[in-house]
Amino acid sequence: MSVSKYWREMPHRYRMEAGKCRKCGNVHFPKRLVCAECGERKFETITLSREGNLETYTIIHVAPSRFSDQVPYAIGIVRLKEGVKILSQISDCDLKKLATGMPLRIEFRRISEDGAAGIIHYGYKCVPL
Amino acid sequence: MSRDVAVIGIGLSRWGELWESSLRDIFVEAAQSAIDDAGVDKIDSMYIGNMTAGIFTGQEHLAALMADYLGVTPIPAARVESACASGGLAVKMGYMDVALGLSDVVLVGGVEKMTDVGTDEATYALATAADQDYEVYHGITFPGLYAMMARSHMLKYGTTREQLAEVAVKNHYHGSMNPLAQYPQKITLEQVMNSVMIADPLRILDCSPITDGAAAIILCPLDLAKKISKKPPVRIKGFGHATASIALHNRSDLTSLPATAKAAQLAYKMAETSPEKIDLCEVHDCFTIAEICVIEELGFAARGKGGDATASGATRLGGKIPVNVSGGLKSKGHPVGATGVAQIVEIVTQLRGEGGARQVENARTGLSQNMGGSGGSTLVHILEVV
Amino acid sequence: MVGIVGYGSYVPKYRIRVEEIARQWGADAESYRKGLMVEEKSVPAPDQDTITMSVEASRRALARAGIRASDIGAVYVGSESHPYAVKPSGTTLGEAIGATPDAHCADFEFACKAGTEAMFVALQLVKAGSMKYALAVGADTSQGAPGDALEYTASAGAAAFIMGKDNLIASCELTFSFMSDTPDFWRREHQFYPQHGGRFTGEPAYFKHVYQCGKTMLDKSGLKPSDFAYAVFHQPNGKFPTKVGQMLGFSKDQISQGLLCPKIGNTYSGSSPLGLTAILDVSNPGDLIFMVSYGSGAGSDGFIWKITDRISRVRDAAPKTWDLIQGEKIYLDYGLYSKYRRKIIKNS
Repeated sequence: MSVSKYWREMPHRYRMEAGKCRKCGNVHFPKRLVCAECGERKFETITLSREGNLETYTIIHVAPSRFSDQVPYAIGIVRLKEGVKILSQISDCDLKKLATGMPLRIEFRRISEDGAAGIIHYGYKCVPL
Repeated sequence: MSRDVAVIGIGLSRWGELWESSLRDIFVEAAQSAIDDAGVDKIDSMYIGNMTAGIFTGQEHLAALMADYLGVTPIPAARVESACASGGLAVKMGYMDVALGLSDVVLVGGVEKMTDVGTDEATYALATAADQDYEVYHGITFPGLYAMMARSHMLKYGTTREQLAEVAVKNHYHGSMNPLAQYPQKITLEQVMNSVMIADPLRILDCSPITDGAAAIILCPLDLAKKISKKPPVRIKGFGHATASIALHNRSDLTSLPATAKAAQLAYKMAETSPEKIDLCEVHDCFTIAEICVIEELGFAARGKGGDATASGATRLGGKIPVNVSGGLKSKGHPVGATGVAQIVEIVTQLRGEGGARQVENARTGLSQNMGGSGGSTLVHILEVV
Repeated sequence: MVGIVGYGSYVPKYRIRVEEIARQWGADAESYRKGLMVEEKSVPAPDQDTITMSVEASRRALARAGIRASDIGAVYVGSESHPYAVKPSGTTLGEAIGATPDAHCADFEFACKAGTEAMFVALQLVKAGSMKYALAVGADTSQGAPGDALEYTASAGAAAFIMGKDNLIASCELTFSFMSDTPDFWRREHQFYPQHGGRFTGEPAYFKHVYQCGKTMLDKSGLKPSDFAYAVFHQPNGKFPTKVGQMLGFSKDQISQGLLCPKIGNTYSGSSPLGLTAILDVSNPGDLIFMVSYGSGAGSDGFIWKITDRISRVRDAAPKTWDLIQGEKIYLDYGLYSKYRRKIIKNS
């Protein structure tokens, strides 16, 4: 992965920075230039809470090469307290105990790496509360 | 005012793992087949649906490549992309060209050459249809995205794992009657349920394959078609085109496909028709759950009842609304950019009465639904034999 | 007076038992259990490393400190398992907590005392008036060679401390460092596992430095062991800190709260720092705490802490260390442990 591309995404991956539309209050994570709800172009930067619930999930058995060592792993769509939904892996969880609705919190984790010599990609994952 | 548009020629290349054929060979094979079928001796412009020849083969600038190798330079040509809906988009662009009076005879083709790279690279290429930075970054795959839709649908509506499998069984049954299908073998429910897990709950037999192939059609104004077409012209009565969020998690309901719903609404309106009047449809069964969700959005099953409708046989050949009598993406194959055009080819074949063993009786009106990614873009076309 | 304004700890959920490792190598589990005084150790998940644990521990320290991350003037991470050989763990930590860009940053290493080094320097900078707050973290995901004695104890964990002058929860009454060139345990560049001098790691290494550092602190402060409510030492196993505590005149009761090794193994740069967090979780205003770390190579950093009134107001703002240790755990077999710890050779 391009190092500039990775670096550009740090504010949202590291600090959960989101954009709250100044007109309609809709929260976009990550930040955007245009509100998808009302078309407004002015936003306030907010930091999302690190708690939410699991809306749905899958367990990946056949993964892209960068993730093949992690198989099987769980990925889910998680609804955070602010109402925003994110896609993230679910870590530190017995896969048999995954359940829609379970409470989760966000932790800073390694996501992948560019082989043994490239940069390490960090970001958010969810763990059982 | 715009002109009515008809399809007067259709063609397909072979579909499968075409080791001896290159990207340009495959396209030209289908294009020539369509040109011969139409009986035209020149074309005025060309649209090529292709998702990502750049990643699969390192080749861009397909407009020039295909015009050159088909021997039709200097006509205007354009490659259009909308992930897996590239073919459907090319059909719409070709329609617009004829309708606006800019061209009389337009070739619309779709092509994908997927086997020059290994599985890893192919998976990476396909994943570019999803949100790279906010979905793919975290390790999601396309089966994974549809698996989450499946789990949501099963939780919300009680759709069962068996009902998903019925989609695959049905489409392989249809494909067994299609001489050009990539995987024409019939399969059983047990085989689907026991096949290897890809992304829980979807198994390998829930997923469409990797395919090399191309499809092409010839469009012209309806008036001209009535004069020159050797076979009954098939009119494109209406189409609809819509977009939705690229990322699955940004949709308010994970069980619905809003772009499909919108595109269908626009198509029905333009064609002045409704679901009950459709005799057959070709839909985008990239995964079994996709067909279940799509038939709900198209109005062929009530909300949440797509699984029941499938299990009841309503969408099987001979049923109330045959879906994917070609074998669908699952059995026929899914050369990404070609699929949307191939759906038109099947519908025209059926409306001309040339469906052979898989002919839908009294087929007069057909609908195609072609979507990209996890439903971020959709094209719906409605065709009627004249 | 300078000292700790906020503290935080992080321990991974995964564990492997001594029996499971011994079974693999045909060793006598009981003798390792008894000889090392260790039952099980923490194992980092494949998506965890020194940086990820430092971030979580630091977030907890910020919660207790009640300050803005942008007020932190320095970010220091001490570890012997920094994810990069060149690119500091501190920059990612700083970026993640929002301390960038106006901060000094450096990574520290000195085997197991890298964490207390960071603490030592952070304290001095605040004392010198160079900055209002400085963050010091000790974190490791250390490795022991398969079948080696160290494999039974090398574990993972992180402890973070925000040092400052105001709103202290513990003031630093005294610091002292003692070091020499002692080749008891080392790792050459490009080697995956460290090597050690066997029994040489005992008396001339660990005990000499910890004891001398501790004794000098007692002499300089004029305090007696009985003046202290708690004592915490570097914990490569359960036996060494118990013995050195005895040598210095501390009782088993004084060291038990901070003795985490029997349950989580040796968290290397996190070792005595994590022990300190466990003590801070329960100590009372006025309590004196005696702390001596040890890093092979070799050296010890000593600290005397005094608890203030503020501790009871903030300690509940983040999870307590013994709760993390004894909370929900996931036990691994040796195969999964080897896979997680990248001990399996792959051709790529």
